[in-house]
Amino acid sequence: MKLTFSIQGGDFTHAGHPSSEVKKVLKQLDIDGKTIKNIVIALYEAEVNVVAHAWMGTVSVDIEENKITIWVTDEGPGIADIELAMQAGFSTASKEVREMGFGAGMGLPNMKKNTDELQIESEVGIGTKVKMVNYFS
Amino acid sequence: MKLKDIAAVLNATISCGTDKLDQEVEMGYSSDLMSDVLTLDTDNLVLLTGMVNLQAIRTAEMADIRAIVFVRNKKANQPMLDLARENGMCILESPYSLFKSSGLLFQAGLKPIY
Repeated sequence: MKLTFSIQGGDFTHAGHPSSEVKKVLKQLDIDGKTIKNIVIALYEAEVNVVAHAWMGTVSVDIEENKITIWVTDEGPGIADIELAMQAGFSTASKEVREMGFGAGMGLPNMKKNTDELQIESEVGIGTKVKMVNYFS
Repeated sequence: MKLKDIAAVLNATISCGTDKLDQEVEMGYSSDLMSDVLTLDTDNLVLLTGMVNLQAIRTAEMADIRAIVFVRNKKANQPMLDLARENGMCILESPYSLFKSSGLLFQAGLKPIY
């Protein structure tokens, strides 16, 4: 099963909509609750990153029998140093994003914690591509 | 603790989920930082927060948190309540500060996560 959603940079009102839809689908497929929570938290963190930092983005989801693969691709400023961005507490988030309760430099480490595989590719001034894989237990 | 006991201790208004008041919650977590809430592995908990926006509800949805107390007399708006209702959550609003609310619930036997 394939699902696609678009995300607008700066649109905090709709952030979380794709995660919410994916959660509903996984529940219908009777995937176990802990696995669903891991997946939607990682996706939600990725969505918030796009809304907080990029101009626009796309979420593509591919659900197979034994795993889910999610690509979150954005057009945005990119990440200059991915290793540094993966460190807990490192953040370039604006004051506005922090006022929303995010931007504490926890997003990328938390995505890693909640996924079985995480790949991040980024080009400064072009955008970022995140691939996340979770296996169903 | 039952949600109705939490509401009583915090002198809280129940703005959504009056049918959930008999649900039991074992633990509580207080934070205005949604990033921290998203790192929790526990899910049968009540979230106390002064961060009153749609993303607080979204965060609770993703983290499987079924009850939120908005402190400092802050009120959830209609889109927040609609989203909470859609997800079967209980929303309480307390006039007390985050510190006082947390202290009262701790005293009443609600457990911390860490």
